[in-house]
Order: sequence, then C-alpha cells, then structure tokens
Amino acid sequence: MAEFTIKTARCKGCGICVAFCPKQVLEVDELGKVQVVNREACIVCGQCELRCPDYAIFVDKGGATA
Amino acid sequence: MERSFEKYFRQNRLPHMWCPGCGNGIVTKAVIMAIEKAGFSQDNTVIVSGIGCSSRASGYMDFDTLHTAHGRAIPFATGVKMANPDLNVIVLTGDGDCTAIGGNHFIHGCRRNVDLTVVLFNNNIYGMTGGQASPMTPTGKKATTAPYGAIDRPFDACKLAEAAGATYVARSTAFHVQHLADMIKGGLDSHGFSFIEAMCQCPTAFGRNNKMADPAKMMMALRDGVMMKAAWDKLPAEKQAERFPIGVLCQKEYIDYAKAYDTVIEKAGGRA
Ligand SMILES: Cc1ncc(C[n+]2csc(CCOP(=O)(O)OP(=O)(O)O)c2C)c(N)n1
Ligand code: SF4
Ligand code: SF4
Repeated sequence: MAEFTIKTARCKGCGICVAFCPKQVLEVDELGKVQVVNREACIVCGQCELRCPDYAIFVDKGGATA
Repeated sequence: MERSFEKYFRQNRLPHMWCPGCGNGIVTKAVIMAIEKAGFSQDNTVIVSGIGCSSRASGYMDFDTLHTAHGRAIPFATGVKMANPDLNVIVLTGDGDCTAIGGNHFIHGCRRNVDLTVVLFNNNIYGMTGGQASPMTPTGKKATTAPYGAIDRPFDACKLAEAAGATYVARSTAFHVQHLADMIKGGLDSHGFSFIEAMCQCPTAFGRNNKMADPAKMMMALRDGVMMKAAWDKLPAEKQAERFPIGVLCQKEYIDYAKAYDTVIEKAGGRA
C-alpha cells in the first residue's frame, strides 16, 4: 500500500494535490493542512508530490509488509 | 523516503515565503531537478536573482547565491561568469524584473551571448508589490494599474530573446514540471545565452484580480493554454494565436562572450 510522508510544517493547504489526485485520496482539513483520507485508493501515481509547490507531500510504494 | 533533491535546499529557510499555491515553488523545484540531472555541484554553481517574489528563490537554494538589485541579475551574473568562466551561472528572474526594469540588460545579455542560463518565472504580473501590470500581462487582463484590463500588448519574451541573439530558447509551464526541468537542463547543457520562460501561476496578485484565485484551476489553465511546439507548428495562424508553443523554440551555435573575450586577452598579451 502507498506510504505517505507529509512535512506538515511546509503544507499551506493550497489544495493542488487534492485537485490533481485522480482517486480522491487527499483532503485539506479545517486547519488548512493536507490529510490522507483514503489511502487504500492510492495508485501511487505521484501527481500530488509532483505538483506540490511546497515539497510537503511524498508518496512511495510500500514494501511487502505494508 | 527522503528525496535526493532536498540537499539542494537550505532546509533552515523552508517553508518558503510564497503564497499558498504559488507556482514559484514548482519552478524552483524544476530548476533544482535540472541542476541535479546536469550533475552540477553546489560548489561550481552560482544562482543569481533580481528582485520580486520569484527572485526570492535564490535564498532557498544551497549554492553560492546572489540576490541582487531589481532588473540587474543579468549584469551581476555576467560579472561572475567573466571573472570565472568555469562556474555554471544561473539567473532566476520575474517578468517584471527581466522585461520591464531589466529589459535592456536582458536583450544585451542575449546580444553578447553570455554563457548563462536564465529562467524567467512568468506569472504575468508584479506579484511582490501587489499586482501592477508587467510588460507580460496579457492584453485585457486586469491589474491594480489596469483595473479595466491592460490595453498594452505583452512581450513574447522568447521571441525577444531569439531576436536579440540568445542561442537556446525554450518555454514550459509549472503544470509541465518534468518537461520544464528538461527545458532548463537543455539550457544548462548549452554554451551561450540560454533562456527558458516558465509560465506559472500567481493566485494572489494575478488570479484574484482576474476571477481565477484557485491555484489548481490556474494550473489547468496553463495546461490548456499551451501546446507542444511540433503540434503547434501545424496549426493555422488564427489557432496559433490562442495558445503558446512549449518546447525548444530556438537552438543555434555562436561563440559565447567569455570565449570571445579570450581573443582580447590573447591580443593584449595573454593572462598574467
Ligand atoms: C529599483 C526598484 N524599483 C522598484 C522596486 C519595487 N519592486 C519590487 S519587486 C517589483 C516587481 C517584481 O515583479 P516580477 O519581476 O514580475 O516578480 P514577481 O514578484 O511577480 O515574482 C518591483 C517593481 C524595487 N525593488 N527596486
Ligand atoms: S499541494 Fe502541497 S502545500 Fe498544497 S495542500 Fe497539497 S501538500 Fe499542502
Ligand atoms: S504574490 Fe503571487 S508571485 Fe508573490 S508569492 Fe504570492 S502568489 Fe506567488
């Protein structure tokens, strides 16, 4: 399963990752920070990481144990 | 897993000062990706910027960096390059910085073919000072200094660079991150004046004035407002006017300024 690394201090809640995720995996919470709300649906396409202007979200394919 | 590009950022300076959704962060990352691919070291690469939101990029990059005066990044960079031609010198500039106050430095840098790679962060506006129109604000778009829409025609900075003598000219956008990094890498690999226009979104000063404050929607508009050059070339003229071509727009050979100056050094009796 996808493994996310989120550098919360860098996230500005711009919503770019949310808008470009093809599987509705992400949301911006009431504090204006990105949250992974549907990790199972993630296909690790990397769109969120590629487009984040703040280098706040990273996604990797999980290992066998994930 | 920590990404390899992180080492090129001054970690203690992040998060950066740009607004939520600002395209400057994406363009900066594309510059770093290109530097990493080109294999430049942090010790032989100098980043020079002018003044503006975009010009703040140099402060986040862990290289030898110079944050100079408004419009004057190219002259400073020319000095660095002429003093030590072995250095890789990269200029980061904005549409105001490069084509308004710095317009003459820009065309003469091209004319001299100084071996620099200049990345223009084109957000179509003066972001830092609150949204005044720049020479690259599209006709009809609003700015604080053009509340009814700009009547001026915008510069096409790529055509300007080519006409003035730049030997590598390319364009891409903050939507096309990997393509943008490739275009910048092409500039780093070329000898002579390399110019890359990176179209990007300013949701705060441009977007809010033009009914498009959502940064993701602005990125989609960037995506839809351009076309790869090979396909664009085949469009009829009236269709070409609706989109910008992206890709390498001009590539030619001409002696760069430091090499040309070597002939002067030679004639004057050689290096001490
Ligand atoms: C000599 C001088 N004139 C004017 C200014 C004010 N000023 C600061 S940034 C800027 C415009 C920057 O616009 P642009 O280059 O497009 O960069 P952006 O902020 O949009 O990234 C101006 C006019 C200045 N700093 N110095
Ligand atoms: S794109 Fe980056 S800064 Fe914007 S909401 Fe997503 S993680 Fe946060
Ligand atoms: S004003 Fe515009 S260019 Fe400046 S940081 Fe904000 S979004 Fe970016």
